[in-house]
Order: sequence, then C-alpha cells, then structure tokens
Amino acid sequence: MQWETVIGLEIHAQLATKSKIFSGASTAYGAEPNTQACAVDLGLPGTLPVLNEQAVRFAVKFGLAIGAHIAPYSVFARKNYFYPDLPKGYQTSQFDKPIVGLGQLDIDVDGETKTIGVTRAHLEEDAGKSLHEDYHGMTGIDLNRAGTPLLEIVSEPDMRSAAEAVAYVKKLHTLVQYLDICDGNMQEGSFRCDVNVSVRPVGQEEFGTRAEIKNLNSFRFIEKAVAHEVERQIDVIESGGKVVQETRLYDANKDETRSMRSKEEANDYRYFPCPDLLPVEITSELLDEMRDSLPELPATKKQRFQQQYGLNEYDSEVLTTQRAMADYYEDSVNFSDGEAKLVANWVMGELSAGLNQNNVEIVNSPVSAERLGGLVKRIADKTISGKIAKQVLELMWNSNDFADAIIEREGLKQISDTGELEKMIDQLMAENTAQVEQYRAGKTKMMGFFVGQLMKQTQGKANPQELNKLLQSKLKE
Amino acid sequence: MYNKSLKELSASLRNKDVSSAELSQYFLDRIKYFDGELNSVITSNEEAALLAAQQADKLIASGDSGLLTGIPLLHKDIFCTQGLRTSCGSKMLDNFIAPYTATAVSKLEQAGAVMLGKTNMDEFAMGSSNETSFYGGVKNPWNLDTVPGGSSGGSAAAVAARLAPIASGTDTGGSIRQPAAFCGVTGIKPTYGRVSRYGMIAFASSLDQGGAMAKSAEDAAIMLQAMSGFDEKDSTSVDRPVDDLLANLGDSIKGLTVGLPKEFFTDDLDDDIREKIEEAVDTIKLAGANIKEISLPNINLSVPAYYVVAPAECSANLSRFDGVRFGHRCESPKDLEDLYKRSRGEGFGDEVKRRVMIGAYVLSAGYYDAYYKKAQQVRRLIQQDFVEAFKEVDVIASATAPSVAFTSGEKKGDPVSMYLSDIFTIGVNLAGLPGMSVPCGFVDNKPVGMQLIGNYFEEARLLNVAHQYQQLTDWHLAVPAGYEQEV
Repeated sequence: MQWETVIGLEIHAQLATKSKIFSGASTAYGAEPNTQACAVDLGLPGTLPVLNEQAVRFAVKFGLAIGAHIAPYSVFARKNYFYPDLPKGYQTSQFDKPIVGLGQLDIDVDGETKTIGVTRAHLEEDAGKSLHEDYHGMTGIDLNRAGTPLLEIVSEPDMRSAAEAVAYVKKLHTLVQYLDICDGNMQEGSFRCDVNVSVRPVGQEEFGTRAEIKNLNSFRFIEKAVAHEVERQIDVIESGGKVVQETRLYDANKDETRSMRSKEEANDYRYFPCPDLLPVEITSELLDEMRDSLPELPATKKQRFQQQYGLNEYDSEVLTTQRAMADYYEDSVNFSDGEAKLVANWVMGELSAGLNQNNVEIVNSPVSAERLGGLVKRIADKTISGKIAKQVLELMWNSNDFADAIIEREGLKQISDTGELEKMIDQLMAENTAQVEQYRAGKTKMMGFFVGQLMKQTQGKANPQELNKLLQSKLKE
Repeated sequence: MYNKSLKELSASLRNKDVSSAELSQYFLDRIKYFDGELNSVITSNEEAALLAAQQADKLIASGDSGLLTGIPLLHKDIFCTQGLRTSCGSKMLDNFIAPYTATAVSKLEQAGAVMLGKTNMDEFAMGSSNETSFYGGVKNPWNLDTVPGGSSGGSAAAVAARLAPIASGTDTGGSIRQPAAFCGVTGIKPTYGRVSRYGMIAFASSLDQGGAMAKSAEDAAIMLQAMSGFDEKDSTSVDRPVDDLLANLGDSIKGLTVGLPKEFFTDDLDDDIREKIEEAVDTIKLAGANIKEISLPNINLSVPAYYVVAPAECSANLSRFDGVRFGHRCESPKDLEDLYKRSRGEGFGDEVKRRVMIGAYVLSAGYYDAYYKKAQQVRRLIQQDFVEAFKEVDVIASATAPSVAFTSGEKKGDPVSMYLSDIFTIGVNLAGLPGMSVPCGFVDNKPVGMQLIGNYFEEARLLNVAHQYQQLTDWHLAVPAGYEQEV
C-alpha cells in the first residue's frame, strides 16, 4: 500500500522581551538558578500578573507578517495542572480566544512553492526547569525560565513530508528573527518544536491517528524524528496494529521515538478565563503602528535581491535567510559602489567561511560591511587580484585597517603598467634564451615557466591578464 | 478613649493629649486583656508597632500628619505584611512570611497608621462564621456563644470589642458586611477594582475586594479613602481618581431615592430582623429620602451562581500551595504525588477542600458548560438587574444577613445552610458593586445590620447615607457588655 504522511507543527518561540510576560524579572539566559525569579514568578500568595505589553506587540507583529487575523479582543486562560516547575499550579496561556488567528506561510520544496496554513498563535508563559542531576536523589527546581513569554504557533496539518516540515520550521525560524521577536536560538530552547505525525493510505481523506513528538530542538532532529515515526506507524498498521494517540519523545542518541504518555493518561486542563488579567484589546492605532514597523519580509527581500542586484535564486535565498546577513550584504554593496555580484561571492564565500571557522555570527563579523565593500571595490577596479584580495582579507580580519591602507602598506598593488612589465619580460627572456627557444620550437607549455618566474619576481602583483597578453606577443616575435 | 472617633483620636494626637505610642499601647493592652477570650487577633506586632508609633509621633510633632497618622489598626491576616507572618487562617501558611507588603496595607502605612497585629479569619476567607480558621473560632463579643460571622470575623469582633479603632477586611461574598452586621460595626466593601488586590491572598479573584471595618461610617470613610486607588501591580484595579469620601458625608439625603428589593424581604428573612430594617428605612425616610420598592428578578440565583464561580477560581488560586516552594510540606514524602497529596491534605481544612473539589468539578471537561459557563451567564443577568435598578434608585437597602449571629457549631455540619447566611450579600460581589453594613438595632441583644448597596464607584454616596443615618441613631456607638471597662 502507498502511504501519505500528514504533519502539523506546534512551535514555541520565546519572545525576545527584556522582562517576563507577567513580571519585571529579567529573561536573560544562563543566570545562576533562581536568581531571575521574583515573587510573581515564584507564585507567592497575593502576587498578581501584569501583562508585558512588548509581548503583545511582538505577537501582533508576527500575526501581521503571516497575514493573519489579529483578534481585537483576546483572553488569557488558566491551564491547570500540577508540576513542580509550574509555580502557580496553572500555566497562564490563551485558549479559545488567541491573539493571532488564521494566517499562512509559503514554503519552497524541490522548486515548488506550497502554502501552509497557520491555525493560530497565542501568548503564554513558560514553565521553569526541573534539574534531576546533582541533587543527591532529589529534584532541583530552577524558576529562572518561569514566566518567560512564549508565542505558540500552531500550523494546520498541511505538510506531507519531513522535508516540508523542515522547510516550514526554517521559514518560521527565519521569520521570527527577521521580525526581531525571537533570537531563534534552538540550543538554548528559544525556538522549540512539537511535531504531530500521522499516516493514511494515499487517496484517503480521513486523517490517521496522530502521535505528537515533543521538544525537537534542531532541524536535523525534526527530519530524523519524522522519518522514524512515519516508518514506525506504517509498520504498526501493516502488521495489523493500530496507532495510538500519544505523546512521544525523540531520542537522538538511539534515533528513535518512544512513548511518553497516552491520551488516556492525558490531563483535563480545566481551562477557564484568568480573572487576574483583563482581556487584551488591540486598537486599530496599535495595528497601524505595528504594520508600519514591519521590516521587509524574507520572501519579498529575496525577490528584490534578484531584481535589484541581478542575483540568481540560490544566492538571494542564502543571502536573505538571515536578516543580519542580508543587511550586511546590502551595506557592502553600497560601500563597493554597486559590485553586487562580486560582493555576493565574497560574502557567501570567503567571509562566511571565515565566520564559520571562528564560530562568529555575521553581526559580530570582525570585518565590517564597510571594509569588505572597500576590498571588493579594489578587486573590481583591478587594483588587486582576487588572489591578493584573500591575503588582504586575512590581514583585515586581525586588524581594523581598511583594504586601501593594507594594499598601500604591504605594496600589494597590482602591476598593470605595460612598460614596467615589458622591461621585466625582456630581461627574463634575455636571461633564459634556452627556454625562449624551446617555446618558439613549439613547446608552448614553457609559457607557465615565464608566468611563474614573473609572478615570483612581483610577489604575485603582476596583473595576470596583462602579463599573459604581453608574454604571448613577445615570445612570438 | 476606646469609643472615640478617628477625628477625635487624631485631634488628641495633634494636641499632644496622647502620643501614638501611648495610644498603641492602650489598644495593645486591651487586646491582651480581652482577646484571650475572643481570639480575634492571631499575630501581634507589638514591638514593630511601638516603633512605628514613635515614628508617627515624630511626624505629628513636625506638623506633617494626616487623619490616620499614629492611629492604631489591625489587618485581616489575608493581607501580606513583609516580615510578619501571613497565615490566611490556614495551617498551610502557618509558617509563611511574605517578602512584600500588600498595597492596601502599604497605603495605610504611608498614611501613618500603626499596625498592631493580624486578625483571625476563616481559612482562606472561606466561611461565614470564622469557624474554619486553623487558629480556632472567634467569639462574638456581644454573645460569646455565638459566631462573629466571617470571613473577616476577627476584624469585626476586634472593632466591636474596641480592641482597635479600625481594621481591614476583605469581602468575596459578604465577608466584610456579614461579620460587621453580626458584631454591630460598620463595614464597607468598595466597588471591585477600587482597592488593590496586590498582596491580598486570593480566594476568588473576580469577587475579592478589600475594605474597611470601623465603628462608624465616618471612620470607615477615612480608612477606605487611604486604602483606595489604582495600583499598576493589580491589572484589575481601576485607573480612575478616588472621590473625596469625606467631603459629602454631611450632605442632606433629602430627595434621594432608596430602593427596597422585594426579593430581599421574603420569608427567608427573620421577622424580628425585618422589623429592624423597616425601622431603619423609616429613619432614612424621615431624613428626607424617598423609598421605592424595586425588583431584582434574578437575585435568587446568586447563591448557586456564586458557589460555582468562587470555587472554580479558588480551585486554581489554591493550586500554588503544593508543598514545593513555601507553606506546609508533609514529612518525608516518598514521591511527588505523595508530596502533593499529603501536603495539601494536611495543610487545608475541610471547607477549603470542599470548595477546591467543587471548583475542579465545575471546570472539568464535560461540566464546564453546564456549570461554570452557565454561572457566568447568570452573573451577567444579576449584574444587569442591578444596572436596571440603579436607573430608578440611588441606593438599595436591605438586611445584611437573614438572621442575627448564630450559635457556634450550629451550622458547622451543614454547609448549605451556612452558605445561605450570605444570601443578601453575594449578589453585590457578583455584580462588583460597593456595599456596606450599618448597625441598626438589636434582636435578643444581638446586633442587626442594614445593608446599603450603591452604584459603581458611588462609595461616597453610600457613606453619606450611612453617616446621615448614624447622625439620627446611636446603634453604632453601643459597646458590648464587659468591654466598656478601661483596662
């Protein structure tokens, strides 16, 4: 039988607010346990939540970016369950009245564009963390993360393969960073994924029973977990069994998913509107303000890069995946006086390689866009060759000097003066008459010898095109 | 001294007839002398109080003082007080010392009031007799065999016995007004959102409201004035200026229309009490007010609606008491579930458990629509009834409670009968309106309270009517036998 995979995703994006969603405590990552949890975060009796307006603005921004309906009136609800790292015994979330309604996102897989529906996105608080190591058999609780604002983004079950799921997650990952609402750091848990997977016979309209795989924190794990889960479900069905609705965990070490809890054990969360918080009202003024604040979105930027800079699709995709990279690129192009294609090569090539090697983000690039642009300008006007430019870039990496200063100081300027080159060629030919004879006798390979000698003499600064042209004509005489 | 009004006490302080330190010591001595029997104060703040009183005396000496500077008071033990235990009447919080102070308490502190201690209350404010307190019941100073009402029974009994000039209370379904009625004191619960709930341990968040308990409407006005106001730490507090509650106390109530809801004068009401209320209404009429019968057609649904909404909210509000971070934790739990079950099982009393279970039930899948949602719909109907009524009348009057203080233990085993003692007060909380109770006579030597209900944010008008009534009567000045003596 032919099987079709159906995938829906829930993504938790940690909003990049300075303070928590209902308290003034800091959201910075990595502090000593429980140093960033105030009385509200601890759920001490008598404390009350006060909504962080920045979180609301971020949610609205996201909604606008996916063309979603923004609810003029949304409501926080309490999701009740007991867990030691959930201080109040309920999570303040949104239930039947989320802030962001139906929207959509386009993904590209194998050259095809597909539209994925986003069912909703709602605001909620994160829980703390339970620490099971190093506490002499007891469990430690760190509430630094408790109350960190999350935007939970729920997709429609529109994806049909692991590749589509990954493409969707990548698109969202790019988008939230573009919007500056989430740092996208998957290792630190700022961007987490739950994947709902089911299979059904091709042609069947009804969905199969789904399993939810929780907390996938890398694109690769999503791909592998989905692939594994699809295989498992098909195996179960084909061997006469039934898929049960349950929550599963992906074990990256063993590359398998295993059952965490089944639906029968699932909690009844007893949602009800939170009486401590007023409904969130979104005014048309706020909507307008947020709309005006939207940056150019990745898809638009990619198209513009193709048109404005004449880049191919691949290059414009790579350059626009990160907003910081796109900004760097455009700045560099400006400083290079419009060498769009050449700058693209250098940003995607030498610069990215250097950044990757040193594990540095482009925003912290040791070579600024201005300096890279200046370097490319000198390649374009033939002051230096591409090969010399690599040396210059290396020198720039460890200093604050501009390309021009380095070229000047190191005397790296290309020799294009035909008179000077001719003099050097004449001298070389006079000193190597035997090789000249050999060349003239038809051993054209000797050309390499002359080029090599001259480059050595000029320390690579001879303009290669000029040099070739002159050598050829002289040797033929 | 003990029967002096706040204005008189304040004048004595300013004239240096007495210092705040002396005044505080005077009431602390009364507490020591009388409260062994009453059990109205469960935590004394003596040392800190005397220091605060000395500070107040300095302020008074410098001429920089207000009406409350140096005035001793008591706080219901539901208000968090930094450094001083806040138990909420529960074993669960017997060891709890909050690292912050409730906004209402801070405001009174800033006004110069001196906290003598914390008053007993029904556990987590759940009760109408003060019998659910972990610290034992409070006795009603008018008759030691009877209850003081609840849940602010400690504050009511303390003010009645003149152990403090004023005390704070909270009112979720009548918890200021009913004990005020039972103890013969004046109590006001303002409009929902007028007094900040920050630092006030939540029972039912959409109904809870702090307020003032005092000997007279004038004293209650002075206290409420200081407690009220917007607080950015409470999203449900209302950002609107506080009226001057004292400015219009002396105004005539001539021409004012007072509504009597016919649903509040049925057989549920004891005949003796009805008589007292009718007398009080006649007095108000004599003062020039018009009396008009009105109807609140859905008000009879308020008790059932309340006993869905309030437990639902409390079931979530009390989830934080899990033995993990603060409060009671059971001895050597064997696993997480054991920790939860025993910590909560041991820490909470029966009434709290009953309400947490009711609340969890009405919110559970399959029952939400039939109970919680329906109750919220009923709540809107009740609110609408009041809105309609206030198109015709300025103030609504009724009995505060259907009976006078009942005997201790009488209703303890019968929760529904206990719940019905709040039958006249609960609708006011569901609608979020201001309400108060004013002493209006005695039945069998037990105080009777008249409830006055005002329109939203019309505390000033309520207090005006109450004050005018108290100009014509002296029920509020009566002191229970035995407590008139100086100690």
